[in-house]
Amino acid sequence: MKENKIFTPLQVSVLVVLRILIGWHLLYEGFSKLLIPNWSSVSFLKESQWILTGFSKWIISHPGILNAVDLLNTWGLIAIGAGLILGLFTRVAAISGAILLFVYYLNNPPLIGLEYSVPTEGNYLVVSKTLIESVALAALAVFPAGSFAGLDMLVSRFRNSNNKMEE
Amino acid sequence: MEKEKGQKVSPEKKSELEQKPMIKRRTLLKALVGVPVLGVFAFELFKKWTYDQEKKNRILQELGLGEIQAPVILKSSPGSKIELLRIGIIGFGNRAVSHANGLGYMHPNDVEGRKKNETLNDWLAQENLNVAITGICDVFDLHAENGLATANNDIRTGGGSPSGLPVKRYRTYQEMLDDKDIDAVMIATPDHHHAKITIAAAKAGKHVYCEKSPAHNEAELYEMYDTVKSSKIVYQLGHQVPQSVIFQQAKDIIKKDILGKITLVETTTNRNTSDGAWIRNLDKNGKPKPGDEKSIDWEQWLGSAPKVPFSLDRYYNWTKFFDYDFGLIGQLFTHEFDAVNQLLRIGIPKSVVSSGGIYYWKDNRDMPDLLHCVFEYPDRDLTLLYSATLANSRSRGRVFMGHDASMELGSAISITADGDSTRYKKQIESGLIDPSGPMVSFNPNSGKIDAVTTATEKYYAARGLTTTTINGRPVDVTHLHIKEWIDCIRSGAAPSANIERAFEEGVACLMAHKSYVEKRRTEWDPVNRKIV
Repeated sequence: MKENKIFTPLQVSVLVVLRILIGWHLLYEGFSKLLIPNWSSVSFLKESQWILTGFSKWIISHPGILNAVDLLNTWGLIAIGAGLILGLFTRVAAISGAILLFVYYLNNPPLIGLEYSVPTEGNYLVVSKTLIESVALAALAVFPAGSFAGLDMLVSRFRNSNNKMEE
Repeated sequence: MEKEKGQKVSPEKKSELEQKPMIKRRTLLKALVGVPVLGVFAFELFKKWTYDQEKKNRILQELGLGEIQAPVILKSSPGSKIELLRIGIIGFGNRAVSHANGLGYMHPNDVEGRKKNETLNDWLAQENLNVAITGICDVFDLHAENGLATANNDIRTGGGSPSGLPVKRYRTYQEMLDDKDIDAVMIATPDHHHAKITIAAAKAGKHVYCEKSPAHNEAELYEMYDTVKSSKIVYQLGHQVPQSVIFQQAKDIIKKDILGKITLVETTTNRNTSDGAWIRNLDKNGKPKPGDEKSIDWEQWLGSAPKVPFSLDRYYNWTKFFDYDFGLIGQLFTHEFDAVNQLLRIGIPKSVVSSGGIYYWKDNRDMPDLLHCVFEYPDRDLTLLYSATLANSRSRGRVFMGHDASMELGSAISITADGDSTRYKKQIESGLIDPSGPMVSFNPNSGKIDAVTTATEKYYAARGLTTTTINGRPVDVTHLHIKEWIDCIRSGAAPSANIERAFEEGVACLMAHKSYVEKRRTEWDPVNRKIV
C-alpha cells in the first residue's frame, strides 16, 4: 500500500464511497431520462433564469441543437455515472460531472428574486444541492479517487507495462 | 495514479511483471470494486422499471385503455394520379390566409417571416393536396391583392410544383360561381353571407368549405340544408378543432365509458384583450387600418343586411353587430358545440336559456361580453353549459363530467377520477388511483397514453406544460380539416363537419341567440322544424 501512504484507510474509504454514491445518482438521472418516452430538457431550459437564459433560449429555438443537447445530457450522465462507480477515467468523469452540474446550477440558481414555476424539493438560499454535488465532484477530481479502488488501477498498470514493452 | 507509476519503475517490479500475472489479487479486487455496485444498480433499475410499468399497465388495463394506440395521420393516395382541384376563395381576410396555408399556399411576406422564426420547414413538410387556387373574390382591393399574391407565389408544400393555371380575381361571388373553371369554393366572409353563398354554390355544383357560423337566420339555414342535401356537393363547416389527434382518443375514452354517466359538459371562452373582444380596426401601432369607400365595395359587403353608411368600424369589427353575426355564439360557441357534438352526438337541444350583458367593453356593440347559455338535452340526461367572458382570461377549459371521472379536453387530455366514483371505489381505496390529480393523460406530442404516476409528470400534466413539440413536427389542424374535405370530394365520402352537423349547430346557435335577444327560454319543435 505504498501509494496510500499519505491517506489513512478511513480517508480512502470515505472518498471511494462518496465517488460511488455520486456515480449512482448521476447514472440513475441519466437512465431515468432514457426511460421517459420523449424526454426533453426543454421544460428545464424554459425555466432557465440568470446568466444562461439567453443560451437556453437559443438551444430551445434550434430543434437540432436541442436534440443534441438532450442526447449528450442523457448519455453524458450515464457515462459519468458509470465512470464514477467503476472508478474508470475517474478524473475525466469527475471534472465533466462537476462542470455539467455547475451548468445546471447556473441555469436555476436559488438567488433572491429569481422565482421558478417548478417547486424544488428543499429550501435553498444561494447554495443548492446541485452546487454542493458539483463541488463534491471537484473534490473527487483533485484527489486521486480512482486510483485507490477502481479500474483506473488496471488502466495505469496496463499503460505502464505497455510503456515498458516499447522501451 | 502517479504513485503507481513511481512504484513500477523499480527493477524488481519489472522482472515481476514479465514473469508473473501482472496484477496482484488484492489489487484486482480493489480495482473491480465498482462492478458489484453496478450490478446492484442494474438490478434496482430493473425492479423500479418493472414496478412503474406494472402500475401504469394496471391503471390502463382497469380502464380498458390498454390497446389504444396513438393514431397516425393517414396520407391520402398519391398526389400525381388524382385530378387537380381548382379552388376559389371568397373573402380573403385573416381566416382565408390560414385556408391558403392549409392548401399549401403562402404569401411571400409570410414565407420570409417563417424563414426568420424558423417555422417554414414545418409548413413545407405539410402534404401536397394537389390543388390550385385559381380564383380570389373580395370586396376590398387590398385583401384581393393579398390573395392574388398568395395564389401566384410559387412555393408549395409537400414538394408540390405550381399548376401553371392563371389566377383570376372575381368582383362578385356570383361571377366566380358561374365560372366552370372553379371546382370548389372556400367561404371566409362575415357570417351574414355564409348561407347565401353556400346556397348559390350548391346550386352551381361547387363544393363548399365554409367558416362558422353556418347561417344567420332560420329561413336561410333551412334553405341551405335542403339545397345542400339535394345537391351532390361536399360541404364542410370550418371546425378544425376536432382534427387534433387527441379527439380520436377522446372518442375512445367516451366509447369505453371511462367517465361513467356524463350529465354535464362545461365549455368556456376566456378572453381579456381588445382583439379578443373583436376590436380590430387599429393596427399594432394603434393607427387605423386601411380601407375607404373607394377600395371597399360597401354595397356588396352589406349584402342583404340593413343599409348603413360606410363604416370602417363595421367593416373590421363586424362581429360586434347582430346584423352580421351572433358575437360569442357565432364565433366561439360554434367551436365548442362542434367539439362536443363530434364526441357525444348531442344534436339539437330541447331548450336553451341565455343570459348576459355588456359589462366591460362599453362601446357601440350589440353583442354581450359576458354570456351564459344553458342547453338542455332531457332525452340524453345532459346539460351543455357555455360560459363566456371577454373580461377575464383565467383558463377554465372544456370539461366532460361523468359520475366516475372528469375529462378535460384541450390541446391535451387529462382524466381525473371522481372521489365519490362508484366504479373506481376499490382502486381509490387501494391507492392505485388518486382522485386528487389526473389518473390518465394523453399528450399528442408524447404519442401515447400514459397513466400519470410520478409527481413531476402529474405537475406538468396539470399545467399543460407537457405539450411541447420536439420530435414530431407540429401539424396544422386547419390543414387536416381542409384535407378531409378534399379527400371527401375525391372519394365521395361525408366529412366530419358535414351538413347534418352544420344544421344541428345552426339551430343550437339560433336558439341561443333568440333566447338572449328575446330574454326568454327557446324550444325546438322538430315536427314543424321551427324554433318556438
